[in-house]
Amino acid sequence: MKYVIWISVVVLLILHQDFWWWDDGTLLLGIVPIGLASHIAISLAAAVLWFLATIYCWPHSAEEAESSTAPTTEGGQG
Amino acid sequence: MTQLAIIGVYLALLLGLGLFSSRLFRGTGEDYMLASHSIGPFLLLMSLFGTTMTAFALVGSTGEAFREGIGVYGLMASSSGIVHSLCFLLIGVKIWSFGYKHGYTTQIQFFRDRLGSNGIGLLLFPIIVGLVIPYLLIGVIASGAVINGATIGTFPETFAATRGGVPHWLAALVICSVVLIYVFFGGMRGTAWANTFQTSVFMILGVVTFVVIANGIGGQDGLWANMQAATAKVAQAHPDRLTRSEMSKFMFTTYLLIPLSVGMFPHVFQHWLTARSAQTFKLPVIVHPLFIMLVWAPCVMVGVWATSATLNGQLIVPPDVRPNTELPLMVAKLAGPVLGGLLSAGILAAIMSSLDSQFLCIGSIFTNDIVLHYWDKKRFSEKQIVMWARLFVVAIVAVTYGLSLFEPRSVFAMGIWCFSGYTGLFPLVFAALYWKRLTVAGAYACVLTVAGMWLWLFAESGFGANANYTFQLPAFGQQLEMMPVLPITVASVVALVAVSLVTSPPPDETLRRFFPESQS
Repeated sequence: MKYVIWISVVVLLILHQDFWWWDDGTLLLGIVPIGLASHIAISLAAAVLWFLATIYCWPHSAEEAESSTAPTTEGGQG
Repeated sequence: MTQLAIIGVYLALLLGLGLFSSRLFRGTGEDYMLASHSIGPFLLLMSLFGTTMTAFALVGSTGEAFREGIGVYGLMASSSGIVHSLCFLLIGVKIWSFGYKHGYTTQIQFFRDRLGSNGIGLLLFPIIVGLVIPYLLIGVIASGAVINGATIGTFPETFAATRGGVPHWLAALVICSVVLIYVFFGGMRGTAWANTFQTSVFMILGVVTFVVIANGIGGQDGLWANMQAATAKVAQAHPDRLTRSEMSKFMFTTYLLIPLSVGMFPHVFQHWLTARSAQTFKLPVIVHPLFIMLVWAPCVMVGVWATSATLNGQLIVPPDVRPNTELPLMVAKLAGPVLGGLLSAGILAAIMSSLDSQFLCIGSIFTNDIVLHYWDKKRFSEKQIVMWARLFVVAIVAVTYGLSLFEPRSVFAMGIWCFSGYTGLFPLVFAALYWKRLTVAGAYACVLTVAGMWLWLFAESGFGANANYTFQLPAFGQQLEMMPVLPITVASVVALVAVSLVTSPPPDETLRRFFPESQS
């Protein structure tokens, strides 16, 4: 599933180019041009995809660091 | 006077919130600069969104849509929705984990530690700070312009030279003072709370403004019919604004790199470290694209409608109007002083929610990467560390305000150059987190290449004078037009990879600290 999510992100980036509606002035519902509507759909799809990414692509190693380490106040090496 | 009163009430509320949050201050340097890693999902979402959205999200998006059409949304909004969340997930969570584990507050601490080099910190310091300053100036100058524009005619005798509006220098001074007070007393916690309040304000006002303007333009019964009527006028008078026919396709693609700059913004880095846990990042990762859509889509539609909207047979916004004044003009003519005042407060909210984080971040960099790093850290008490951070915040605000008095208008064109510089450095942070073979020499090569390329192309653009500068590459018998960010980033990657591969790999001790999963 992890790979499906990352491939979907790449597909979304390709869809973002949507050259096919570049010169198309069709209005959806008489209000929103199709070129804008498609990008609003891309924003919605991004939110759905990132939701799935937080389930299937979450870096659990970050949480392991959290449970095994108390925060320090040192600022790195000098 | 109504507009000024609304702005005054808004600033007073902000001050009250900042001062209230200071009562939760725990008295340590870590609390002042990172809110003791206590920020939960909602505050992190709001502060990250408020920090990454500037005044451009409201007035700039409307103005660009007025000139370029609907393509502006794809150029900056939908791309940011994908790329910002990608950065939060791939970069932010890991940075938070290392920051929590090793006690970092600034980017420079992380890179010094990861690369085992003091020098890389010295090299990055002027670049990171230098790229933030124009960004800060944009905010301060814009805030002066917003208040000046909103108050024109209010004090005809006192401020005759500025047509009765509060002069820029005074307005910017008030804004700097308000931000300074709540950052000074509230630190990162005050900043996060203020950002949450300000982000709510500019999102709500954006939607209200959209509805009022749609109803004002349409002249029909009901919002839906008004929106249809407003768009129909554009279809008749300026059909090109409903497509991207005037936009270069390849340039549109190269613009996709610009939002990667979020991965290297020092103030975003510091916000990441405030998170309570890794899980805290989930809400911002998911909701950030939706928030961008909620702010940008209405503003872009208003900008497109502005090209053709009329009132009493006259165009509401003349075609030769000064850039970024389209939205205030529409509000002034269609809504009246109350909404005008609220909109001004909303624009100021968007500006100030970026300014506060940047001021605090630069103060933190000077405190940690200069004072605490080069002097014996143990000689300072927590109280003294907080004092140093506050002193630097005051100094940065004073210097920024002083520079803004020179009215360097060309600084607005610098915005995209700042982003391009940070995007050019993105391969460095990505490689530091995901590529074990990255060496300190590779990092030096990357940073120096970005600096060199950036300076060369910036000079080619007449030092920002040519706001429409694009890099031209001859290919396939034609000139490919692209944003300068593409050649800068490609050169950055090539330098980083090539030099890392021909130099000795980093020591095992470093790899064990930063790639523990692959060492076990």
